[in-house]
Amino acid sequence: MAMISVSGGPGQTGTPDPAALGGPQAPGGRRPASNALARLSSAVRSNRKAMVGAALLVLFCLVAAFPGLIAQDDPNAQIYGRSLGPSMRHLLGTTAYGQDMFAQVVWGARPVLLIAFGVGLIATSVAVLIGVAAAYLGGAWDGVLGTLTDVLLVIPLFPLLIVIAGYLHSAGTVVMIVVISLTGWSYTARQLRAQAMSLRKRDFLEAARVRGERPLYIIVVEIIPTMTSLIVASFLTNALYAVLFSSSLQFIGLGDPNLVSWGTMLYWAENNEAFQTGQALWIIVPGLCIVGLGAAFALLNYAFDEIGNPALRPVRRNRVKRAG
Amino acid sequence: MRFALRRLGFFVLTLWVALTLNFLLPRMMPGNPAVAMMGKFKGGVTGEALKALQAQFGVNTHQSLPAQYVTYLGDVATGKFGTSTSLYPASVGRTVLDAIPWTLGLVGLTTILAFVLGTGIGILGAWRRGGRLDSIMPPVFVITSVIPYFWIGLMLILVFGVKLRWVPYFFSYDYTLTPGFTPVFIGNVLQHAILPAATLLITTIGTWILTMRNTMITTLAEDYVRMARAKGLPGRRIMLDYAARNAILPNLTGFAMSLGFVVGGAILIEFVFNYQGVGYLLLQAVNNEDYPLMQALFLLITVAVLVAILIADIATAVLDPRTRNAG
Repeated sequence: MAMISVSGGPGQTGTPDPAALGGPQAPGGRRPASNALARLSSAVRSNRKAMVGAALLVLFCLVAAFPGLIAQDDPNAQIYGRSLGPSMRHLLGTTAYGQDMFAQVVWGARPVLLIAFGVGLIATSVAVLIGVAAAYLGGAWDGVLGTLTDVLLVIPLFPLLIVIAGYLHSAGTVVMIVVISLTGWSYTARQLRAQAMSLRKRDFLEAARVRGERPLYIIVVEIIPTMTSLIVASFLTNALYAVLFSSSLQFIGLGDPNLVSWGTMLYWAENNEAFQTGQALWIIVPGLCIVGLGAAFALLNYAFDEIGNPALRPVRRNRVKRAG
Repeated sequence: MRFALRRLGFFVLTLWVALTLNFLLPRMMPGNPAVAMMGKFKGGVTGEALKALQAQFGVNTHQSLPAQYVTYLGDVATGKFGTSTSLYPASVGRTVLDAIPWTLGLVGLTTILAFVLGTGIGILGAWRRGGRLDSIMPPVFVITSVIPYFWIGLMLILVFGVKLRWVPYFFSYDYTLTPGFTPVFIGNVLQHAILPAATLLITTIGTWILTMRNTMITTLAEDYVRMARAKGLPGRRIMLDYAARNAILPNLTGFAMSLGFVVGGAILIEFVFNYQGVGYLLLQAVNNEDYPLMQALFLLITVAVLVAILIADIATAVLDPRTRNAG
């Protein structure tokens, strides 16, 4: 799962082999979703990258859920000395506005995670519906939905987001979720479509058709559960993009400037020339948080690639002979 | 031939969608941003220019929406992008043309460098599978792929610009110098390009390495590679002429496409370094609510990408007959 560039958008690399992401349930017939999830979680537990990613993600979620327990100060209160260095009272010092920086970092986790999960859920849902419907319904439906996906895929995403955010002025959390979701689903939709295509001729779908089930039933109850692994991977991809896109938009001042979040912190730090005034922590710490959260999603995703595609797993030195 | 026509059709369709988005977005947004923009420069832009702007954004005009749309398409087709409202009376076309060479120089050259280096490292990594290079690459890639572009730039500024004071990190040359083809000026421009180029290299090289490595691993397992080994050909020859030559295709396609992303691909890097290219101009336009300039830049960035994708598709079809009938 190549995460490429914030500015280039998801379409920059070729589409990875969908079968590679298909995961453990690619061969064979139908498997219930609960079974697939159980297999996924055991696969995650046996993969070191996945474990690190999961641990990081849980940590950030806890911080976002209970920021008040970790940071005592009000992140917005401009009541302390300005530009103080780190001390026991202010673990990371204060901003040029006299806000406690540690409190800002801690409270800043919540909007980023909301955006990550919000976009992950919405964009993935759209991608699943459109991708699977295109593949399963075929014909004219596939033509329209597939073309829609492809068109959106090649329009440069980040410039488009900048333009939309430019018209909207300050984009708050909800607006951010909606805009990134509506523009960003196409990459994963294409992968999902490719995998659903390979499922189309399977016997269990034929059986459902013979039973006289409606297409919507077949898509939701029969096809989607067999694609759990790729859907989870899509969620992770979309969440990662959401973290990077939203932070970048906030950094250039297109987010809501009054919202306490990592991207907005970077915006204010840059505006106050934090480097030149010796406040490097104001830029370093929120950036590290973005990297940490991004790494959590990316590691989980990377692990999914390895679980689904054994060829990519690290090999031991003495086994170099056969690469396949 | 049919393949080329189909790709051309897709190109036209996507271009139309981008144009339509450009037209519809300001008209769909809550609180009509164009009206707000007009309100801001009351008195600044006047006469013909103001009329043209009002027509462009559908303010104070009695034209119906479809009629506005036709006018808009006609204007774009004839290259009329209007007047920049923030740099008035400069035309949008002139402003954009001034920014393009800087972006092409910085981002274009760095993209080529990243491709060459990344592909080379990818080949070596796959060839020495499980070696030191191969084992440190994936984790490093995971990390670099999640660092926002701009933050890498900021960290480089902190270390090499602010702390060590080795290289400049603001604008593309010293304000004190007069631009011209003199050794002093060119040297100064190169100095200013070091940090933004390094930022771009760090963030983009991973994709080349990883794509090349993964395709190469698949290729190395092919029978003809085993055949070459059985014939006792030297390793170098197998690596480059047998495996890499066949595995490079996805990377070449990616390269053709990434050339399209050169124009709009480094928006945040240009922003961080105040480098006066296309991306920097776009953000300036957004901040100044200069919608004509913003629209033209978005269109330029999109067209660059679309042309590159078209070329990449056709190049792949020419180079690899297997793809001609697919998709």
